[in-house]
Amino acid sequence: MHHEVPEFEFMGLWFNGANMLMISVASLIVFLIAVLSTRKLAMKPTGMQNFFEWVMDFVKGIINSTMDWKEGGRFHILGITLIMYVFVSNMLGLPFAIVVDEKLWWKSPTADPIITLTLAVMVLALSHYYGVKLKGVKGYAEGFFSPMKFLFPLKIIEEFANTLTLGLRLYGNIYAGELLLSLLATGLAHQGIVGTIAAIPLTLVWQGFSIFVGTIQAYIFTMLTMVYLAHKVSHDH
Amino acid sequence: MLTNSFVLATAAEGGGHINTGDIFFQLIVFIILLALLKKFAWGPLMGIMKTREEHIGNEISAAENSRLEAEKILQEQRNLLKEARTDAQNLIEAAKKQGELQREEIVAASRTESERIKEAAKLEIEQQKEKAVAAIREQVASLSVLIASKVIEKELTAADQDQLINEYIKEAGEER
Repeated sequence: MHHEVPEFEFMGLWFNGANMLMISVASLIVFLIAVLSTRKLAMKPTGMQNFFEWVMDFVKGIINSTMDWKEGGRFHILGITLIMYVFVSNMLGLPFAIVVDEKLWWKSPTADPIITLTLAVMVLALSHYYGVKLKGVKGYAEGFFSPMKFLFPLKIIEEFANTLTLGLRLYGNIYAGELLLSLLATGLAHQGIVGTIAAIPLTLVWQGFSIFVGTIQAYIFTMLTMVYLAHKVSHDH
Repeated sequence: MLTNSFVLATAAEGGGHINTGDIFFQLIVFIILLALLKKFAWGPLMGIMKTREEHIGNEISAAENSRLEAEKILQEQRNLLKEARTDAQNLIEAAKKQGELQREEIVAASRTESERIKEAAKLEIEQQKEKAVAAIREQVASLSVLIASKVIEKELTAADQDQLINEYIKEAGEER
């Protein structure tokens, strides 16, 4: 089921109102959860503090599996924020979609390629920035010619491929999940009483699977972020 | 429908433009989120985790130290106990020796004492015997005189008297 997108032009740039709304909502949810959970910190952690300490250790594990903590420690906060933001974004579109005047307002922000590619480009840009910062211009440039000189063109292609796959993988998974959900909910469920009855378990199953996919994708996105960063900042490559 | 909604087609459908504004919006919001979370959530959380880590580290080393301390004290106490035991053993040994010595001394002393007493008793007995013999001798003399006077008191025939006197003299002579 395709809907219009609420777009408008402002200062020569095109904006998608739904994206802006959902980005804000996702950010706000992440911020509120995180701040409320860590408001009362204790030496003996309880409840949500436990959960967030687990998340921290989890992201720390991801970083440690790709690079030295000496270099990777600086990406810890980025990693936690990314995994939380992507996870919450993936979950937002699952329970429902809101359509006003044929325009789709409530969806996952990560179901838009522009958003996921922005995140991907940001990650890759960071990897280049830290590559130069930690290894120097010479070390950074040498990275493109190792292990062999003739691999240089492939290395250049790899950078673009990494960006594209990182962004589009997330987008594809989430968009496909939402698309099928909307098909079930607005298509099949409107095909008479039998369709409605058939749509209920299918939607249920697909929502459960989408939760799984959304979680996995958040993990993969963070994992690959760390892999790309490690690729640029680690010395032992 | 599906192809229509596919990837970049969304942009194309929207009039051939890309939502560049969304890019900036997403970037800015994400950076703001990152900064806010760092300040209000992750920072303090990391702080407390670090504090806890240090606390646990300190506790572990403190426990290790007190364990070593306890072990040292235990060793000391053990040594002291051993020392005390040896001391006690020595004391008992010495006391035993002392007792033995004393016993022997006492026995020897009592032996000499008894010897002395025996000697003294013997001497006494001897003296008493002498005295008794002397007394008996005296008694015999006086008795013989008495008997003599008694016999004499009787009316003696001359023959009897003679015989008596002879007998006495004879006796006396035999005795001496």
